[in-house]
Amino acid sequence: MKAMQDSLLAPSRLKAWEPALWLVAFAAPWLLPGHALIVNEMAIVALFAVSLDLILGYAGVVSLGHAAFFGFGAYTAALFAKLVMPDPVIGLWVGMAAATALGALCSLTILRGSDLTRLMVTLGMALLLLELANKLDGLTGGSDGLQGVVMGPVLGRFEFDLMGQTAAWYALSVLFVLFALARRLVHSPLGATLKAVRDNPLRAMAIGIAVQRRLAVVYTLAAGVAGAAGALLAQTSGFASLDVFALDRSADVMLMLVIGGVGWLYGGVLGAVVFKLLHDVISGITPQYWTFWIGLFLVVLMLLGRDRVLKPWAAWGKPKAQGESA
Amino acid sequence: MSAAPIVLQTEGLLKKFGGITATQDVNLSIAQGARHALIGPNGAGKTTLINLMTGVLEPTAGRITLEGVDITRMAPAQRVQRGLVRTFQINQLFASMTPLETLAMVVSQQQGLGGHWWQPLGANRRVVERCEVLLSLFRLTEVMNQRTDVLAYGKRRLLEMAIALACEPRVLLLDEPVAGVPAGEREELLHTVAALPAEVSVLLIEHDMDLVFDFATRITVLVNGAVLTEGTPQDIANDPQVKSVYLGHGEALTHG
Amino acid sequence: MLTILFDGIAYGMLLFILAVGLSVTMGLMNFINLAHGAFAMVGGYITVVLMQQFGVPFLLCLPVAFAGAGLLGALLERTLYRPMYAKPHLDQVLFSMGLTFMAVAATDYFMGSQQQIMQLPQWLRGRTEWGTGGPFELGMGHYRLFIIAVCAALTVGLQYILAQTRFGSRLRASVDDARVAAGLGIHVNVVFAATFAVGSGLAGLGGALGAEVLGLEPTFPLKFMVYFLIVVAVGGTSSITGPLLAALLLGVADVAGKYYVPKLGAFMVYSLMLVILLWRPQGLFVRKGGR
Repeated sequence: MKAMQDSLLAPSRLKAWEPALWLVAFAAPWLLPGHALIVNEMAIVALFAVSLDLILGYAGVVSLGHAAFFGFGAYTAALFAKLVMPDPVIGLWVGMAAATALGALCSLTILRGSDLTRLMVTLGMALLLLELANKLDGLTGGSDGLQGVVMGPVLGRFEFDLMGQTAAWYALSVLFVLFALARRLVHSPLGATLKAVRDNPLRAMAIGIAVQRRLAVVYTLAAGVAGAAGALLAQTSGFASLDVFALDRSADVMLMLVIGGVGWLYGGVLGAVVFKLLHDVISGITPQYWTFWIGLFLVVLMLLGRDRVLKPWAAWGKPKAQGESA
Repeated sequence: MSAAPIVLQTEGLLKKFGGITATQDVNLSIAQGARHALIGPNGAGKTTLINLMTGVLEPTAGRITLEGVDITRMAPAQRVQRGLVRTFQINQLFASMTPLETLAMVVSQQQGLGGHWWQPLGANRRVVERCEVLLSLFRLTEVMNQRTDVLAYGKRRLLEMAIALACEPRVLLLDEPVAGVPAGEREELLHTVAALPAEVSVLLIEHDMDLVFDFATRITVLVNGAVLTEGTPQDIANDPQVKSVYLGHGEALTHG
Repeated sequence: MLTILFDGIAYGMLLFILAVGLSVTMGLMNFINLAHGAFAMVGGYITVVLMQQFGVPFLLCLPVAFAGAGLLGALLERTLYRPMYAKPHLDQVLFSMGLTFMAVAATDYFMGSQQQIMQLPQWLRGRTEWGTGGPFELGMGHYRLFIIAVCAALTVGLQYILAQTRFGSRLRASVDDARVAAGLGIHVNVVFAATFAVGSGLAGLGGALGAEVLGLEPTFPLKFMVYFLIVVAVGGTSSITGPLLAALLLGVADVAGKYYVPKLGAFMVYSLMLVILLWRPQGLFVRKGGR
């Protein structure tokens, strides 16, 4: 019985490298002050990637519009700072709450229909918000973006400095807290039922899991986390622009997950770091051809088989329509 | 012999797909503690009937009652929560999870912990103890930490049934449990089917007549979506109608 | 108002020709191909290059665009797409997105990022007005008339092929159930390849036809991919009348929306799509039992 319990608890136990990783992450803005901005960006996209992993890797929902929640969080936080109060943490909560509400609304839409329908609905939502932000330029600044977002000090004490160290630590802290919560969730019974829904929704229903409701819940949560990432971006960069809603964003974050590995939360973090590094390096050399090499990478990777190349032990695939699902 | 209460009943169940009538006016009653078998030629509509009972398909007409409650319009997940559980003819498992994880998940769900997100899976002792019992009962203990998609077919079939049992069924619908199982592993499965708790009412769909006659105390014969006849194994074995449906000539249905 | 309807119909028919290949491919191979727009772009650029650098007349460019895009489609289907059929949808999405990125970047590199100017032949540049000044004023650009005519002819042709020819019935059988069709002796692989090639060819033709109306530049596949997907998602994948009606609806809605409420732009179209998909997740025009 003990051995059995240990087997079950093993994935949730803290591995030795985990605290080390986080220590290094938090030390980075101090050790490499010139690169604090990059660390900040990495933390933000890592959070975004983790939020997508919750629905893609753990619940199996293919979404091309996750940027909708990222962008909504960004614009809400930016507007809140400009129009109400510049406190970062409160603004973060507001951004998250807004994105969560939007997620709850959208979750009604993703439950029905085929993969294509879901893809279109998620994409459509992001594009819709893009159009809205573009056209309501009195409020959002339109294609120029929402400028001049000046933030107050974090927790009333830590001013945002020009080097970006405060920003980096702020983003890292938010990432850490939300990541820790997500980590608990995926290893819990709820997380296990999500995996079941991902692997075999038919059987999940046949063992009493209310599949629709569970998907809606996780989608809403993921939206909230994405909103937090967006809010962080707006707050730490001082403005919000239309590209937070763009297809590129949704595509990039999916790419990060592919690089880092879908279905284990650290994949989002790893993918974000690698992606950002690659992007900066390659864009420095050939700005236009970044798209080409990314495209080539994707094509080759998909042809060879995601699982075989990157994470042989985390391979999963949609159950076939007929025939066995195991 | 006093009649045991009816736990699952269909009345006038009708299912049409466009022009095709898959289920015709089926009245089926399963008694408490039953060992009831449903037999019939291929395409008779046995799996369709199971799908109707579990809510995967919506009936065109008719009623389904579970322990006196009308479940005709009830969602599939809710029927499971009321104790109506099925297995699938083609394994429906969770490829990336191990048998231990799968059963822990199902048991947690069944015990109302499915929504708990703070404690890790496996923290609850009762859940783990129940998994231990189930794994042992279904001879899965040795493979409990292997991913489901690398298990041998026979083990997968056992897991298929273990999942259903983990749901603490009151009424269990078994859809061809030994289908495709190699001869060497049939014994394990048959032994487990025979050892099911007496309180659980079982409806078994099977083609293997050995299993049917060993197991069932009551048999319903389904042909072309309609009930042909119903009775004890003895009645069915000697029924000329059944013989002609299965064999085309007047031989008694024997087992062996 | 009638003019808007007319323009919308022209736009819609163009969208249909562009998207019909995608719809059939999706229904047939259950493959989400986000790179479909790239074939349209290829057709457009072939036409522009032939016209500008080789002085080939416009009308002649159209079949060449069809053939060029079709050949490319056949080649890619055989080499790259076929291994992807059995893979999960996520992989297909990522794969086709990758192809799209490559196409966009390559086009940018070779052709430059500016929008291509299309010099329409003289006889297509006119405009016919009916009922000027009255309530039913109808202004028909000749080029749009031409588009409607060509697309209508193609639609009739496609419907004929599907309904009346052997290939058509094999195709329909393969769409309904590929395994059974193969069991009946239908060379499903050949059907797939031919269909993909024709679908890509049609996209190329649409790209050639539409370059002047839609704007041809390297980001074309990305800009219009959404519209193609809308046509397929709303119109369903089990017929060609579904996508046709969906495309017409989309075309009219987009043109009307941008005219009457320019402040909202494409918002109308996206909202319309969302509403439709929420109401009927399987698409508006799917026959019962379709996928």
